[in-house]
Amino acid sequence: MTNFLQQCFNGLVSGSFYALLALGLAVIFGMLGVVNFAHGACYMLGAFGAYILLVEAGVTFWLALLIVPVVLAVFGMVLERLAIHRLRSLDPLYNFLLTFGVTLVLQDLVKREYGIQSQPYPQPRGLTGSVDLGLFSYPAYQVFVLVSSLVVCVAVWYVLTRTRVGMIVRAATERPDLTGALGINVGRWVTPVFGFGIALAGLAGVLAAPMRAVNPLMGADLVIAVFAVVVIGGLGSIFGSVVAGFGVGLLQALANLYAPTIAQTLVFLLMAIVLLWRPAGLFGREEAMA
Amino acid sequence: MIRFLASSRLRYLWLAVGLLLALALPWLVYPPIAMDIAAWALFAVSVDLLLGYVGLLSFGHAAFWGTAAYTSGLVAIHTGAPYLVGVLAGAVAAAVLAVPIGFLSVRRTGIYFAMVTLAFAQLVYFVANQWRGLTGGENGLQAVPREFFGLDLSDPFYFYYAGLPVILFGLFAAWRVVRSPFGRVLMAIRDNPARARALGYPVDRYKLLAFVLSATLAGLAGGLFAVNHGFVSLQEVYWPTSGKVVMMVVLGGIGTLWGPILGATLVVQLEDFLATSGFEGIGIVTGAVFILVVLLFRRGLWGTTSHLLTMVRDRGRPSHPAPPEPTLARELEKA
Repeated sequence: MTNFLQQCFNGLVSGSFYALLALGLAVIFGMLGVVNFAHGACYMLGAFGAYILLVEAGVTFWLALLIVPVVLAVFGMVLERLAIHRLRSLDPLYNFLLTFGVTLVLQDLVKREYGIQSQPYPQPRGLTGSVDLGLFSYPAYQVFVLVSSLVVCVAVWYVLTRTRVGMIVRAATERPDLTGALGINVGRWVTPVFGFGIALAGLAGVLAAPMRAVNPLMGADLVIAVFAVVVIGGLGSIFGSVVAGFGVGLLQALANLYAPTIAQTLVFLLMAIVLLWRPAGLFGREEAMA
Repeated sequence: MIRFLASSRLRYLWLAVGLLLALALPWLVYPPIAMDIAAWALFAVSVDLLLGYVGLLSFGHAAFWGTAAYTSGLVAIHTGAPYLVGVLAGAVAAAVLAVPIGFLSVRRTGIYFAMVTLAFAQLVYFVANQWRGLTGGENGLQAVPREFFGLDLSDPFYFYYAGLPVILFGLFAAWRVVRSPFGRVLMAIRDNPARARALGYPVDRYKLLAFVLSATLAGLAGGLFAVNHGFVSLQEVYWPTSGKVVMMVVLGGIGTLWGPILGATLVVQLEDFLATSGFEGIGIVTGAVFILVVLLFRRGLWGTTSHLLTMVRDRGRPSHPAPPEPTLARELEKA
């Protein structure tokens, strides 16, 4: 029983990363219609950002948690202005291809500088021990990751549903032309939203640094799993992406317990089942049939 | 002169030039690279068949190329059959794998299709990685023989000529499909799926058939690649392979068939040049080239050239609207 609960916790922790990344992808997709292949590379940059700050400048984890997402948001906004923006009127597949190219460049730049071996990153001070959760004790850092991911997801949900900015973003997602006709400058929100999505990936990367291997390829496989997660949740649905993120993490951990051979492939098998049963995803709406 | 070159009646001249270049390739480049170029060219054409003519971007074709590579390697290792048997077995394995993956993937279009095929290819990658007993895991399949009724094909120069007919057959098959009534229906589906459906064509079945055909050609290429190298690595089923082949198609020109062949030639040569020059981080160069192509030359090299030639040829004649930029999946625009 304890083992089971512990696995559930592990699942929710890895689900935290899925959820943060899927959330960023979903926000970007909603506003820009772009599927950002470079999301995994940005997650990797987030982890490396924390590592570089620590090694080069002695900046602690807590400060990195603030600095890195901001830097990546700026990076994202520059990328959006310089490249993604130019392809927005074309088929969204072009931006998918563009961000694939960006991924190759970023990955190999980091690989060239730091090699492919994993870089060590210490657990932040204050979170090194473990927390007693009644039935079992659990590493404090993992609890922190889970809580921060939940807080971020809820905060994003709150901003999107309860504030004026969120209303504009949701309206622009739904009907950009109509929103524009109502006198709202939709274009003004595109760049910041893209930057925000990238910042979420960077935040996930910083959170991953102390508990996962910091290496140039850390985001490559993850982003493909996250693609499967958002297909399961329904790509247009922000709520769906978050729920699917935590759900997939949980199921993967349980698979680890009961059927370890399929644990790695489970997310793709789940995607296959969802495609059979609800092609639009669990929380997605049917695509308009052309 | 330029007008002469642009004449569409000169298609047969182009064909002759292409064949001549294909035959002369091992004299022009380092011989082991020649077969690589040919295999990647067929692989790229198989992806273009889907992307250019059905409007479906498969970002998971490494699954078929890699599965065929493993199958060909295993058949060659365990039975010692002539290499052709292994290569054909690889193509069949790719086709069989493409049925379930295609069936599920054609339920989505556009960007979703790309993501779903990518995810399925990753599934195949993890299976290959885990099934060490069969695939050798990270060590790969070693010592794949090149057997052909006792002929010595160990020299890559000779193996190129042994494999070339298979490649040419695959390219011819792709060309036939595109020019056939079946290919016309595919293009109709690409341009207006609703109308194709209204005319009574079972759209999803056509897409699935095209997907399986494309995977079979990719498998043919993957099998030859494996036999040429004498080993199969996990890299063949990994996502960068899927990305690389799409890169070749876009660089050469989507929907041109000749373009992907050109793109494959250039990318293989570029990577070989970078690898031998000791430059670390090949992805920095290939990725940057790809970004530039997507931003500036979306017609690709072949597409841009033929577009320019057409403009020159038509100078002084009543102008007609320029052909639209190639659309990846026109369905999404209308959705």
